[in-house]
Amino acid sequence: MDYNINHLRELESESIFILREVAAQFENPVILFSGGKDSILMTYLAVKAFYPARVPFPLLHIDTGHNFPETLQFRDDLVEKYGLKLHVGSVQEAIEAGKASEEKGLNASRNLLQTNVLLESLEKGKYDAALGGGRRDEEKARAKERFFSHRDEFGQWDPKNQRPELWNLFNGKKGMGEHFRIFPISNWTELDVWQYLATEKVPLPSLYFAHTRQVFERDGILLADSEFIYKKPDEELFEETVRCRTIGDMTCTGVWRSSATSVQEIIEEVSTTRQTERGGRTDDKRSETAMEDRKKHGYF
Amino acid sequence: MKTTKDNNPDNTVETFEDTELLRFSTAGSVDDGKSTLIGRLLYDSKSIFEDQYDAVKSASERRGEEDINLALLTDGLKSEREQGITIDVAYRYFSTPKRKFIIADSPGHIQYTRNMVTGASTANVSLILIDARRGVLEQTRRHAIIASLLQIPHLVVCVNKMDLVDYDQARYAEIKEEFERFASKLDVNDVSFIPISALKGDNIVNRSQNMDWFEGPTLLYYLENVHIASDHNFIDSRFPVQHVLRPYNDDFHDYRGYAGRIAGGIFKKGDEVMLLPTGFTTKIAKIDTFDGEVEKAFPPQSVSILIEDDLDLSRGDMIVRPNNQPEVSQDIEVMLCWFDQDKPIQLRGKYTVLHTTNEVRCLIKEVRYKLDINTLHRDQEDRTLKMNDIGRVVLRTTKPLYFDSYRQNRITGSLILIDETTNNTVAAGMII
Repeated sequence: MDYNINHLRELESESIFILREVAAQFENPVILFSGGKDSILMTYLAVKAFYPARVPFPLLHIDTGHNFPETLQFRDDLVEKYGLKLHVGSVQEAIEAGKASEEKGLNASRNLLQTNVLLESLEKGKYDAALGGGRRDEEKARAKERFFSHRDEFGQWDPKNQRPELWNLFNGKKGMGEHFRIFPISNWTELDVWQYLATEKVPLPSLYFAHTRQVFERDGILLADSEFIYKKPDEELFEETVRCRTIGDMTCTGVWRSSATSVQEIIEEVSTTRQTERGGRTDDKRSETAMEDRKKHGYF
Repeated sequence: MKTTKDNNPDNTVETFEDTELLRFSTAGSVDDGKSTLIGRLLYDSKSIFEDQYDAVKSASERRGEEDINLALLTDGLKSEREQGITIDVAYRYFSTPKRKFIIADSPGHIQYTRNMVTGASTANVSLILIDARRGVLEQTRRHAIIASLLQIPHLVVCVNKMDLVDYDQARYAEIKEEFERFASKLDVNDVSFIPISALKGDNIVNRSQNMDWFEGPTLLYYLENVHIASDHNFIDSRFPVQHVLRPYNDDFHDYRGYAGRIAGGIFKKGDEVMLLPTGFTTKIAKIDTFDGEVEKAFPPQSVSILIEDDLDLSRGDMIVRPNNQPEVSQDIEVMLCWFDQDKPIQLRGKYTVLHTTNEVRCLIKEVRYKLDINTLHRDQEDRTLKMNDIGRVVLRTTKPLYFDSYRQNRITGSLILIDETTNNTVAAGMII
């Protein structure tokens, strides 16, 4: 008798358990959808968790206006395929309404502006649980995240005072105006995600696969050229075969030299690479605790 | 523009198909070499990336430290880095072709007992570090007692810093004997010992050239091969109903699936089952998943169970076998670890209980004794449980719970208490 499941099935089962727990414990949860592979995985797991019923949560996409066009197209296709609901929080609209102002300078990005638009969208939708695709292996502050992560009425995270989480007992109790961030794929690594997406044959945005693109180099990171990014006069454009390891804004997502055109090749690349996937994110490099500081204020 | 790309079905890799997941917990303080050990496991299995290494290196330099401080890899929070201590449990990941590992790395000091308990709650293996120069200390005993209370199935004791005692076999034997003598008082079944030097790399990934006298496995070999397949309970069938799936569409008209994760035993299609609390019996009509129907389900799978008859069943209820039922009672004896830093346990106080998918309220009826987790002494004089204290407590619940002893099943035998005014998780309990 062999009652064994492999690590991917165990992670899948754990994530499905969390997703169902969210449906049972909260009144109005929402999936934060960025268009990256982690939020695609989370959405796919939600489809599995509630089959044959529909996913009982809508998707919320915070659109910075600086997204890769491929991301938006992929998002709309996914929503249609699984009969999901989509809400969009627009950073562009917030700027036009005078609720936010653009960063200035060389590394200007709308990354920080997302936080306010996110918190406002959560409040407007009266969401009491926001599901995110964050993983503990991504970044050192995320390594301390709970599955059920409490946020006060200002949306703030208090990392020093987190609720202990034991066994599979998750405490989603909260006061008025407070909410939870939920991370169903906390225990997955980048490699697990790719192996699972390969096994399940999940369609992915073409940005993850090697393609040729106009790029330039800044501080050792390759950035994709776009109308939204400011280039110094000495930063020269050149063509390179690259792919994205994470997908964020066009202004802060580095691209990697790669020839991987299939998930299999990506798995090989990921298993032998010596750089973390967020190594190309200029938003993390602003200070040693850039992620923790942003998270305390309500970032994903 | 092509915006999606389908995975080529012929292109998937098969090598990870048999990779198992192993969770292990470590506990320790700054100077016993725990960070060095974890750093070495990650580094030797190529799980530390260049940019992480560079970030830690430059952070160490900014602090004026001579050597690269591998603790900065795990100590992620600003306050931890400022104070140079691990406060919270940090999760670390690495993998080899055989297994994927999740390390729950927790601080070892007594004031962080609650973090150790948290890290230990889901572990298959507890890794206990002993400094070969100092032998079995209070902290060693505390870690072993917590591993035993939390029923971690396997214990591996690493006698570290063997290089500093000239790789002396007699010293190793002495420590091993001392630990065994103490462990005989505990409820642990499977204990292994490995002499190592985390700093020099002896017996971590590669066999030590300096300790020919040791015939056991290296630490990594142990972690890759320790038998964990029977760590779940496959005997006593328990299915706590988590959520009810009702699609309300034309394709699945009268579909009613009871979603949940198998907590024990093996469920098969056609099995006769009993529903708790009603006591009605029926048969399993179908075990369903997104990937199709399955013939049987076992821990830790998440599935949906459909039953033959139209009977009342909702979240918090349990599906079991008629000839193997859990205990049903409102009076529960637990070993309770208190977490709340502001308030001690309130005798006659009321708390919310989460147990499996069930939620009830309880009253603290009695604290029988407080356990000294350094000596196992039972203190019946001072019975007030404060933060980090562990004691034996009697609870009275508003409704009966369906449970097993924690020893028998870590899922149906565990519960947490929630303070009803702050909503904080204030205690974790193991049912006796």
